[in-house]
Amino acid sequence: MIEIRNLSKRYGALTAVNDISFTVRPGEVLGFLGPNGAGKSTTMKMITGFLTPTAGSISVCGHDVENDPLAAKAVMGYLPEGAPSYGEMTVRGFLEFIADVRGLTGDRRRARLDDVVSRLQLASVLEQMIETLSKGFKRRVGLAQALLHDPQVLILDEPTDGLDPNQKHHVRTLINDMAKDKIIVISTHILEEVDAVCNRAIIIAGGKLLADATPKELAARAPSGRLDDVFRQITTGQKAA
Amino acid sequence: MHNVTTIFRREFSSYFATPLALVFIVFFLVLAAAFAFQFGNFYDRGQSDLAPFFSYHPWLYLFLIPAISMRLWAEERKSGSIELLMTLPITTWQAVIGKFLAAWAFAGVALALTFPMWITVNYLGDPDNGAIFAGYVGSLLMAGGFLAIGACLSAATRNQVIAFIFTIGICFAFLLSGFPVVLALFEGWAPQPVVDAIASLSFLTHFQSISKGVIDLRDLLYFATVIGVWLAANSIVLDMKKAD
Repeated sequence: MIEIRNLSKRYGALTAVNDISFTVRPGEVLGFLGPNGAGKSTTMKMITGFLTPTAGSISVCGHDVENDPLAAKAVMGYLPEGAPSYGEMTVRGFLEFIADVRGLTGDRRRARLDDVVSRLQLASVLEQMIETLSKGFKRRVGLAQALLHDPQVLILDEPTDGLDPNQKHHVRTLINDMAKDKIIVISTHILEEVDAVCNRAIIIAGGKLLADATPKELAARAPSGRLDDVFRQITTGQKAA
Repeated sequence: MHNVTTIFRREFSSYFATPLALVFIVFFLVLAAAFAFQFGNFYDRGQSDLAPFFSYHPWLYLFLIPAISMRLWAEERKSGSIELLMTLPITTWQAVIGKFLAAWAFAGVALALTFPMWITVNYLGDPDNGAIFAGYVGSLLMAGGFLAIGACLSAATRNQVIAFIFTIGICFAFLLSGFPVVLALFEGWAPQPVVDAIASLSFLTHFQSISKGVIDLRDLLYFATVIGVWLAANSIVLDMKKAD
């Protein structure tokens, strides 16, 4: 369970995240929607303990992110925006490094490495340096890294950005397969993705939480029944077409 | 400890994943030898010791060590991998120490590869090997001091060139404060304790005292303090501006 209470982040005069509260339960795949600069990434960076909130609190599986960051980080897998990794490492070297940090040993380590390599179809590039890989492969290496320790909570910042349609479909299937007992939060601005994988959607803009409902309920708010009309209506204050 | 080792291993091997390691080591060895033979009158002095070799290390390090340290954090910030690193279940301290030790070990490898100099003096004469050993210890400690400064400044920027130049600047100040010319500026008017304090801040003073062959606890403490303080600053800087 992720519990976020009155979360705010301010940079000087700029308020990136403004008093957001919500709870995510196991089995939920939460889509984080919003225009660019809405505060999606900032919120994810605070959940994963990279940024310290200006106000409010976050607890992940009972661990307070600020007071017990290591325990919270241990139960989370995180794909940061742009899927950064170490370009000069091979895919295998990078995943071995993550396995070391995650404390995976013995049979479980081998099983987990095999699992992510086959799930994300990385077998053909294992010995290649990450910086030589295509954007799609880099993104999959980033996902593999996040999934490696089979975490209870997955925070994925734009997991399908830069993937071709087949790869997008593949990643969505992957998320659906894992959704049953995990907590998954994904940010995206591709609205069809929300329909495809999420059973709950939150819309934020200007740092404020503007809507929190299932994708179906949201879509029903527009006369057209289309999610992107609702999105536009909510985030720009315009009447839906 | 386990996490420090993991960070150390990744970081250390990353030096060798690019031509950086080779270029650095070759440059260091060529320059170290060239200075010792050319300017240090290694042969003409007619003494079998490594004093001419060690005496140029501070100046060599001034330009070469920042080249190792500049990438430590600036590169992570530029590529965004810092976000990955700092959201793994490790503490900031573990990352700071692991990275610093990797850079230090790398500098140590380069320094150790100067061993033919040691063999040469032993072949040519009968040197005080204890003093030479002390020289190596002093040189390694000084490299650690430079690296800790460089690591901290690298954490303050995402631009490696800026990190490089600022590190040279600050290391230069740390060296100069022990230089006779600088001390003479103060000697005329400042009370002796002030002059001593300025001199005692200098890498040069402590390095020279160790490389004379006396490993004094005070000099060890000095380098340990310099490294500790700059690494503490490193982790504070990281926590303050890791997201910029």
